[in-house]
Amino acid sequence: MKTDPHPLPAEEDAPHGHPHAPIGEPPPLPDAAVPLGNQVDGPTVSSEESFSDSLKHPLMAPPGAQTLAELAAAELPASPPAAWAGAIAELKAGLAGGETIFGWLETDLDERLRFASGIIVLTDRRLLARGADDSEWRQWPLVAGMKLVRRDHAGVGSLSLSDSGGLLMLWRYTLAEDAAAGRLIEQFGRRLAARLSGLQPEPPERAVCPHCKNPLPPGEDDCPQCSREIHEAPSTWTLFRLWRFAKPYKGQLLAGFLLMLASTAATLVPPYLTMPLMDEVLIPFQNGAPIDTAKVYMLLGGLLVAALVAWSLGWAKTYILALVSERIGADLRTTTYQHLQTLSLEYFGGKRTGDLMSRIGAESDRICVFLSLNLLDFATDVLMITMTAVILFSINPWLALVTLAPLPFIGWLIHNVRDRLRYGFEQVDRVWAEVTSVLADTIPGIRVVKAFAQEKREVARFKEANARNLAVNDRVNKVWSVFSPTVTLSTEVGLLVVWAFGIWQVSQSAITVGVLSAFIAYIGRFYARLDSMSRIVSVTQKAAAGAKRIFDILDHVSSVPETANPVPLPQPFAGNIEVRKVGFRYGNRTVLRDVDLDIRAGEMIGLVGHSGSGKSTLVNLICRFYDASEGAIRIDGVDLRSLSFAEYRRHIGLVLQEPFLFFGTIAENIAYGKPEATREEIIAAARAAHAHEFILRLPHGYDSLVGERGQALSGGERQRISIARALLINPRILILDEATSAVDTETELEIQGALDNLIRGRTTIAIAHRLSTLRRADRLVVLDRGRVVEEGPHDELIAREGAYFRLYEAQTKQLEEQVAEAGWVVTGTDRRRPAAKHAAE
Amino acid sequence: MENPNLTATAFDLHRDSFGQLVFTAADGVEHVGVVPVRAFPISAPNGSLSLLSAEGHELAWIDEPQALREDLRTLIEDELASRDFMPVILRVNSVSSFATPSTWEIDTDRGPTRLVLKSEEEIRRLAPPALLIADAHGIHFLIRDRYALDAHSRKLLDRFL
Repeated sequence: MKTDPHPLPAEEDAPHGHPHAPIGEPPPLPDAAVPLGNQVDGPTVSSEESFSDSLKHPLMAPPGAQTLAELAAAELPASPPAAWAGAIAELKAGLAGGETIFGWLETDLDERLRFASGIIVLTDRRLLARGADDSEWRQWPLVAGMKLVRRDHAGVGSLSLSDSGGLLMLWRYTLAEDAAAGRLIEQFGRRLAARLSGLQPEPPERAVCPHCKNPLPPGEDDCPQCSREIHEAPSTWTLFRLWRFAKPYKGQLLAGFLLMLASTAATLVPPYLTMPLMDEVLIPFQNGAPIDTAKVYMLLGGLLVAALVAWSLGWAKTYILALVSERIGADLRTTTYQHLQTLSLEYFGGKRTGDLMSRIGAESDRICVFLSLNLLDFATDVLMITMTAVILFSINPWLALVTLAPLPFIGWLIHNVRDRLRYGFEQVDRVWAEVTSVLADTIPGIRVVKAFAQEKREVARFKEANARNLAVNDRVNKVWSVFSPTVTLSTEVGLLVVWAFGIWQVSQSAITVGVLSAFIAYIGRFYARLDSMSRIVSVTQKAAAGAKRIFDILDHVSSVPETANPVPLPQPFAGNIEVRKVGFRYGNRTVLRDVDLDIRAGEMIGLVGHSGSGKSTLVNLICRFYDASEGAIRIDGVDLRSLSFAEYRRHIGLVLQEPFLFFGTIAENIAYGKPEATREEIIAAARAAHAHEFILRLPHGYDSLVGERGQALSGGERQRISIARALLINPRILILDEATSAVDTETELEIQGALDNLIRGRTTIAIAHRLSTLRRADRLVVLDRGRVVEEGPHDELIAREGAYFRLYEAQTKQLEEQVAEAGWVVTGTDRRRPAAKHAAE
Repeated sequence: MENPNLTATAFDLHRDSFGQLVFTAADGVEHVGVVPVRAFPISAPNGSLSLLSAEGHELAWIDEPQALREDLRTLIEDELASRDFMPVILRVNSVSSFATPSTWEIDTDRGPTRLVLKSEEEIRRLAPPALLIADAHGIHFLIRDRYALDAHSRKLLDRFL
């Protein structure tokens, strides 16, 4: 049975200044209110909630103490849905006799499940509704026996209004409106109760989020549930966002830029010197004048000095900028990994390991190469082109104009190909991640692949992914392969034009041969730069795609956000856990609905139920690996969402079904949660976990290497190390998630001793498939399809002959059958009393 | 159930005043709140289906819904129509951005609406050329043949594949 979270003890009323509800009959409950125990009868894959729970809210004084309008203002959501604001205002104006609106719900589906907007409005005496095509409001006065119930199935919620005679109305909505529907149901229950009893229910106990009914964590203005639903796409100018990582290296970047400027200028000196060399030395010599040796030496010396200066400056610039870009890349990697660690388990559930690894490894490397090589080259190119253009114009504007004429055409070409290539490369990346994912999927599952002789199929799957990779690459290469030669062609054509125009100008004596040769020398470099600049398009696109994929991670806000103003844990920390009306949805499947549970400090709770009944989910919520979709979990009276992770999780010990050992020594693994632990502490923990002796039997004792590539340990041994790990941090709250399921019965007995040491004096939540392992539990909580169906000590639940009894019966029967199969004689055992209990007593 | 030979006439169905389906088994036992479930909602939407009790146990397996008695079929189809929700995308009108999360304005066979795509991984490739897109609220949108969409939708969609 459920524990009632809101009992009606007399002392609860007292602090509110209403010591006694008006004397007379107790507030009449609507006769059709669903008895709590009957809630098991929801449809299979769906779940439902009725308003009846809200009737448990204590009732307070009759109206008058507060006006209805004041009450409504306190409870109404902030603003009506935009599409219906007019209709609601109209309705409000038409209300008579102090009738007040208390809530509304916009439904986005009609009864045939087509997308169409509708609205349901709740006043203190009626429920009104209107569909998109209705011109009038339909209405149902609140009368005894009315029920408003919601269910959901495959992403569609339904809200049904019925009275004792039958169904009155059914509305449909997508789960986007689910929280609002829950709020409407709650309001409906309160209004109905108020209508029938004449007493006003107490206002909701705490500040709640205006969008969903979840209470706001203290000290926060934004509801963590709703703020995560703001879906804003990151900007496409992703590369500029790298500035955040470049900022710390501003000084070096500036120095590098100045060096770049100087070295580029130095490389432009030689062609300039060809002009006097041609006009003042070679041409006069051809015309019979002697060679001016001093001038030749000077010019040649100038060429050599320019080359040497360009070399040394270029070296310094490349070195500094490469150094900086490597650091930016390293920072990017660390930051991404750091951010990844803060993301919730939900994120890791959805992403595949191969893809994440490629993002952090390969993509950040690509960005690094881009910054240190490609971007550097590009900047040099741009500088070079600008400087060349200036020099050319200063020598001869007309010739400069002709030389630069093909530039816009090439610019247009680059721009045109840009878009195609960009998403082409993004596709290439995604397909590449797909190929890696196939590897990441099959290699860990290689035993299954081999056992079912599906090697060929897996090869075919890989081939298919690879073929897709090929197809995407082919498409990109088609564009890319036309691009490069076209740029080269335009270079040749450009040279041709300059030659033609130059020869004509020389023949007109407008310019000297020296000027023409200088131009040819410049534009040779100039176009070569354009050619390499065109390559920047592809690398920039690749780097931008990579940066986008990295920023996708960085922009991902954890669905389990760390609160801005954490409330310190109450000291001393006891470990009381209150679960209040908690619901959880994974995708469109409701895993938990309306779970209420109180766990006192030091108590041991056993969670029991079929697989898929939500046991692990509940534990994940208590650890705050996920946040509840609805309701709240409080630890020692403090909302879990307002605690800091690090502080809270320090008090949680977790022992999982498959203990994970990191590569390292046994001592390091035991001290994982407390790296500063002394050797004595580690040994004490190992002793308590019954691991000390087997560790000493290993060739290197506590220094033996374990984990991947390390010493092979049996399941029971690994489990005892993980128990020692949990013991060492001395947690107040202990979670055993199928801690003994992966081992045989004999090993379980070994571990059990270690577990008993661990459990002593701690709040413990244990999930176990084998019911016998829960013999020490103070209370058992039976979950079925996301609901708590029974709760109590073993004997009591057995006596009740309910869900637990059936589970227990089935398991004992199975055990007997196994025993019988083994040829043993079973003497009549009383199934109502487990053997383990006998032993314990 | 264990008995696969439950024939179409071995049970009876009717709808009660609360709108719930009531199943009457051959032995006269009544089950309220029966739910019809398609076995292969995507790959064979008109194929076999099962009737589950409110507790989730199979009451009857219907191999060929078409062969059912007329009134039973109508009841089951009505119930399925009010439960099955997998809008088919007919056209993608616009997307808010090519980076996720992205909001799409779409036309579906159930009218125009919008969906929020959390990440590209939410687009699942079914047997080609079908795609299944899960939106941020857990609704699954189906694209039966992505090559049969118009050029504009295809171009937008391509950016996410």
